[in-house]
Amino acid sequence: MIDRIIFEDVSKFYGEVLGVNRVTLSLAPGVTTFVGPNGSGKTTLMNLMTGLVQPTRGHIRVLGMSPENATEFFRAVGYCTQFDSFPRGVTGWEFVYDSLMLHGISADQARALSQEALTRVNMGEAANRKIAGYSKGMRQKIRLAQSLAHHPRVLVLDEPLNGLDPMARAESLALFEALGRLGMYVVISSHVLEEVDRIADRVVLMAGGYIVAEGNIHQVRQEVREKPMQVLIRCEHPEVLASRIFQLNHCVEARLHPDNQGVFVRTQEVDQFYMVLNQIAAEGVVKIEGVAPADDDANAIYQYLIGSDGGVS
Amino acid sequence: MSYSFTNAKEWGLRQPWSLWWIQVRRVVGLETRRNLFAWRAAWIYFLAFAPTAIIALHLLIDRNIGNQIAEDTDVLAAIVQFYYIRLAIFFGCLGVFSRLIRGEMVERSLHYYLLSPVRREVLLLAKFFAGASSAVVLFGAAVLADFTLIYLRFGAAGYDFVFNGPGLGQLEAYLGIAVLACLGYGSVFLLLSMLFKNPTPAAMLVMGWEAINPILPSLLQKISVASYLRHLMPVNVPGQGIFALLTVNTEPVAPWVATLGVLIVTAVVVTMSCYRMRRLEIRYTTE
Repeated sequence: MIDRIIFEDVSKFYGEVLGVNRVTLSLAPGVTTFVGPNGSGKTTLMNLMTGLVQPTRGHIRVLGMSPENATEFFRAVGYCTQFDSFPRGVTGWEFVYDSLMLHGISADQARALSQEALTRVNMGEAANRKIAGYSKGMRQKIRLAQSLAHHPRVLVLDEPLNGLDPMARAESLALFEALGRLGMYVVISSHVLEEVDRIADRVVLMAGGYIVAEGNIHQVRQEVREKPMQVLIRCEHPEVLASRIFQLNHCVEARLHPDNQGVFVRTQEVDQFYMVLNQIAAEGVVKIEGVAPADDDANAIYQYLIGSDGGVS
Repeated sequence: MSYSFTNAKEWGLRQPWSLWWIQVRRVVGLETRRNLFAWRAAWIYFLAFAPTAIIALHLLIDRNIGNQIAEDTDVLAAIVQFYYIRLAIFFGCLGVFSRLIRGEMVERSLHYYLLSPVRREVLLLAKFFAGASSAVVLFGAAVLADFTLIYLRFGAAGYDFVFNGPGLGQLEAYLGIAVLACLGYGSVFLLLSMLFKNPTPAAMLVMGWEAINPILPSLLQKISVASYLRHLMPVNVPGQGIFALLTVNTEPVAPWVATLGVLIVTAVVVTMSCYRMRRLEIRYTTE
């Protein structure tokens, strides 16, 4: 399929060290996030995708193209790596402009695209300063500008939120989300789960070089349905509800909310649990104000899957 | 938000050959700027222009010229043969060409090129030409300055030697030798820098190889840059004392064969570098 990013049984070993193993993926347009702790293989997967490293086994095609045909491939792909380094002595403007000139476009086109990209990441004013004098966040932004300046169809971003202040993070996330909605293939890696799972159309959870789950956040949750799921029930008299719930075999835990206005229930049979909850509500013993899954986010799923919170290890 | 994806037609992008030519020119421009206008290149300037400074100093101090044109012609030949070819261009090219790929890996900036729409072979050739042109500009200018200063002090006699005698032909030969030396050594050091994290020990081995080349069988003597260049020297300077160690005495070879020999060595080595570039992986953590 030429409208997908395809990983076909891809493995990469660095000598005897495993990078990724037997990865098979098919990524559609939109925002995809690779989530996993350090060393889980996220960057390796991105480097494989863009040809910075070659697979030991398997094949990768990005919209039907291979990085070996660099001219065609890198017109369609932009990669903002994690490497916080630049050619010596260049300004932000020169960095973006020089990259664009390698596309073979005219100087006028390169100037216009540079200006557009720098404005997009709010670096217009600092662009004429040397990159050596930039803060970490500014360096991150200038790399982002360089990777999207040529209007790629595929944008690969390795930990793009590192070093950004909260405002810049929010702006960047909004930009990624908007690009994803426009039909771009935005592939983001992160270990800060809460930030990316809000904008992701799908997540790829990685651990130790393997993909442990993939799909949208709810699908992934479905994949691990045999694991106990936590539900928060907002109600009056949560202790009464907790005592009733303890009588159910499939409920493995019931814990009062710190504000005493609800109870967390961990159950292995969520469908059955909801039926029983309906009965309790109908009996009128407890007035239920709201029910919501309490762990249907990437962080909780990560804990289930690999026994880690996905944070920096 | 307005956004449109890259469209080669709208951008007026060209067919491969013309695009590659444009890309080569742009990479050469960028790299030449980095090679020639950076503080870290100061030592290469020093290598290139140290004899020029000494000749200029000599010109100021020793004004007794007498009839020394023949003697100074030998001195210039010795400077080119023993200093430029065997030392200055050798180490200068080691500095310039090992920076092109390995230096960028150490500085962790090579990936920007590898993520650009430039074929790796085109990139490598462009970097090679950039290195070669930087080295040729530096050492060519130095040889030209040496030549000018040496014959300048002879006034009308010097003018006559240069324009009506063998002077201009010798200058052409020296400049040609400098160009071939830059291409030959440059290609070797470019490949070595891609094979080894630190190419200096390997470069020392190359230097040793060049030194023992005269005592090797004639077939092996052909795998040497200096041995070919020796045959292109317009003035024969017999090695004496310590210079004898640096003198290559190979079988006589016609100038066109020697030129072709260096160019073939260069082409073979650059082709090997292209193959290496094709498989190059970015793993900065192991640098």
